[in-house]
Amino acid sequence: MIEMAMTFAFACFGLGLLICLWRVMFAPTIPDRILALDTMVVNMIALIVLYGMHHKSGLYFEASMLFAMTGFVSSVAYAKFILRGDIIE
Amino acid sequence: MIADILISVLLVIGGVFGLVGSYGLVKLPDLMTRLHAPTKASTLGVGGVLLASMGYALVNGGVSWHELLITLFLFLTAPITANFIAKAWMARHVTAADLPPTGGERTWATLDLSDLPMQPELTPPPPPGRPT
Repeated sequence: MIEMAMTFAFACFGLGLLICLWRVMFAPTIPDRILALDTMVVNMIALIVLYGMHHKSGLYFEASMLFAMTGFVSSVAYAKFILRGDIIE
Repeated sequence: MIADILISVLLVIGGVFGLVGSYGLVKLPDLMTRLHAPTKASTLGVGGVLLASMGYALVNGGVSWHELLITLFLFLTAPITANFIAKAWMARHVTAADLPPTGGERTWATLDLSDLPMQPELTPPPPPGRPT
């Protein structure tokens, strides 16, 4: 039963990742693109954790933690660059 | 058995919330409404998956606290990112005429491009020497 639920969650987050990719490619404004990239990071974290559950391995939590940190920093840096034309003033 | 059902339900709820969050990104009309979908629904979806992962580790013998750390980090950073994206959007698509007055001499911080120092200015540094 857990395997079925896991497959369902894999499908949901994979589909969400594709939707975000479509939004990154065809975004009406630049902040939309930042938002879509940030959502891709969130979906990727869920996929990595699910992959770790699937393989019953604790190795993937560090990977997802690092992914969350770099995703947050890159989103903020991109938004700051759009906002001020400079990242660290 | 009960633990299996609980973990499965958490996984399904997390998946549905994650999908709704991503779908809202294409469905909703403009950026300020689109911000709601990923910051709330997707974060909640990932939280559900991480809780399920915690439960799965508990069932297989062994407590794992890493997931709680990731959940906490995501819940802390999602509002900050959303605020920055909203500010970036405002800087490009909103003029001072669209916003209510600030009640001061300066305009909104997002739209303020002047190099004037902040008012009131900081207190001047004390003279050098030993403090009395």
